[in-house]
Amino acid sequence: MSQPSPDTARPRNQQTRAVLELIVRNHPGVMAHVCGLFSRRAYNVEGIVCMPIDEGSTSRIWMLVNEDDRLDQMTRQILKLEDVSEVRRHGSDHPVFRRLRK
Amino acid sequence: MYDMAGSEIICHLLQQQGIRTVAGIPGGANLPLYDAIAQCTSIRHVLARHEQGAGFIAQGLARINRRPEVCLATSGPGATNLITAVADAKLDSVPLVCITGQVPGRMIGTDAFQEVDTYGISIPITKHNFLVRSAEELLKVIPAAFRIAASGRPGPVLVDVPKDVQTERVRFSRWPAPGRPTAPPHNDAQQREAAVTLIRQSDHPVLCLGGGIISANAAETARQFAEKIGAPTTHTLMGIGSLPSDHPLCIGMLGMHGAKFTNKILQQCDLLIAVGMRFDDRATGKVTQFCPQAKIVHIDIDPSELDKIKQAHAGIVGDATEVLADLTERIPQQEHSAWLATTAQLRRDHPLEMPGLDDVCSPYGLIRQVAKSVDDDAIITTDVGQHQMWVAQAFPIVGRRRFLTSGGLGTMGFGLPVAIGAALAQPERTVVAFCGDGSLMMNIQELVTAVEQNVNVKIVVMDNNALGLVHQQQDLFYDGRHFASEFQKSVDFSMIARGFGMPACDLGTAADPHRTLRQSLDRRGPCLIRVPIDLCRQVFPMVPPGAANKDQIGERRHVAAIA
Ligand SMILES: Cc1ncc(C[n+]2csc(CCOP(=O)(O)OP(=O)(O)O)c2C)c(N)n1
Repeated sequence: MSQPSPDTARPRNQQTRAVLELIVRNHPGVMAHVCGLFSRRAYNVEGIVCMPIDEGSTSRIWMLVNEDDRLDQMTRQILKLEDVSEVRRHGSDHPVFRRLRK
Repeated sequence: MYDMAGSEIICHLLQQQGIRTVAGIPGGANLPLYDAIAQCTSIRHVLARHEQGAGFIAQGLARINRRPEVCLATSGPGATNLITAVADAKLDSVPLVCITGQVPGRMIGTDAFQEVDTYGISIPITKHNFLVRSAEELLKVIPAAFRIAASGRPGPVLVDVPKDVQTERVRFSRWPAPGRPTAPPHNDAQQREAAVTLIRQSDHPVLCLGGGIISANAAETARQFAEKIGAPTTHTLMGIGSLPSDHPLCIGMLGMHGAKFTNKILQQCDLLIAVGMRFDDRATGKVTQFCPQAKIVHIDIDPSELDKIKQAHAGIVGDATEVLADLTERIPQQEHSAWLATTAQLRRDHPLEMPGLDDVCSPYGLIRQVAKSVDDDAIITTDVGQHQMWVAQAFPIVGRRRFLTSGGLGTMGFGLPVAIGAALAQPERTVVAFCGDGSLMMNIQELVTAVEQNVNVKIVVMDNNALGLVHQQQDLFYDGRHFASEFQKSVDFSMIARGFGMPACDLGTAADPHRTLRQSLDRRGPCLIRVPIDLCRQVFPMVPPGAANKDQIGERRHVAAIA
């Protein structure tokens, strides 16, 4: 279903990763909604970063996840969350996590 | 300028939403709200005897009225008791607004008396939830809750309201508009075109209707569509009633306990048009072997259902009524006489076998007798177990009849409280709850609620003094090692009912059981009808859990369980 984009292509036996970028309404429960979605579908989240934007009314969440054939389905599930207004998919070399890895 | 307490705001907003009946149980953390409801004459409060009962009463109202209905519970144990009914609503896409009391805001997080993390607990079992932080926020949250519950694929929304928010006064200048469902998406032009082409090219199409047809009130449109494309039409458990069972194109329920001919027809189809159904494992059996030769047209209001289990060759997101009407218009009349002849032959060769039709104390005999005795607008509910499957197979849902069952969660104890809710929604209609003796025990306290509300609910207890479906599975898949599935003591359900103030009869001891049954169904008001059922009666055919639908077994024999 999900074709790994060229910039995330890796040797066969290595998991390809993807970075999801979410725009969410900022309130105390939103992280629980997003993380809960992954945990209850047994979809591992390798890394997560969250920062408020727009003077705190919304936040941006970046999630580093394994790119398997359920990722499309996960994206559709995330989009159903009431507090999520946008989901974008990037390659695993997204600068947010690249800098953190150092 | 208005000056009101949070609890009064909730009450007013509920009225504004058109809510006439709410079900619940009061307690410390929602007493301010109860005090406000007490003063609100246009809202009828139904006092349940367990919060799960309240949740299911609201479900009965919502499933019949096809709009969000409301249940109330206090914090802590009140909220946790509600959970099963909420999870059930989530899996069956039933719109609910659940309003729970919470400890005062300043005490949240202190492990205060009757504090649980209702917000956290309810995340995975609701469509959305709120923890309200101020009375002013209620003006946004309550309409939003109704909007979310009713929009797109319906579902339950929980609103947790701390006690101090209920008592806080707030000044505001105008009321918000009531929450209404947002318009369903209307697009996928290419996919619609692809669907039309697939349907026109198909020689052996089958239409499959799911619960989405019922909740979208699309049955009439679905019938026109079915006739236009001339396709044999099956339905899921949740889709029962989407095409009248006596319609010539209707081939009955598919899946685990579907008739053999139904599953065989699906085995041979070259196109499956699935509408408002989600390829649940009980419907598909082993999914890789489900409709192995078929292309798939999938129509659903929920985009995440497309390609979730089965990759669709044409996937359309939209409201079932609108999409089906559109496709009906675009497709010229299709004729499939050879295919219909094949399916008719399959029906003759592999019919649903219904032994004991003339015995009112056997499952099929009882179900058919009840069906003959009630009107074409009766509402049928079930619990979960063998009786549920027998009713699903054999009770003709024709005319304006409705069939309400716990499909996704399979919750024992569903039948009675949902019947009460349905009867509150439609007081003139007869509501028959087919209950297992095991299931009835899970919400038996609501018998008194039925009496108090004087609803026209007939509780037919199919009493095999066992957890029948478990017993059957142990029989078939665990070499007959029956453990924890037979009750040691039998319960006198008629006496129990009378203890709750409900008239009751026992077809096992009645001199003329047919007459007793008819009289009990005809007399208005609640009544319990106990029917002894022999434990050796089993539900067939059956697909062993994990097996393919084509490997359905037709009679009692031991096989190894696959999953
Ligand atoms: C709340 C709940 N607990 C357990 C189960 C598992 N279960 C499924 S069917 C069944 C037996 C139901 O017995 P009964 O209500 O007497 O109906 P019967 O099968 O005998 O017709 C059980 C225990 C369930 N579905 N729901």
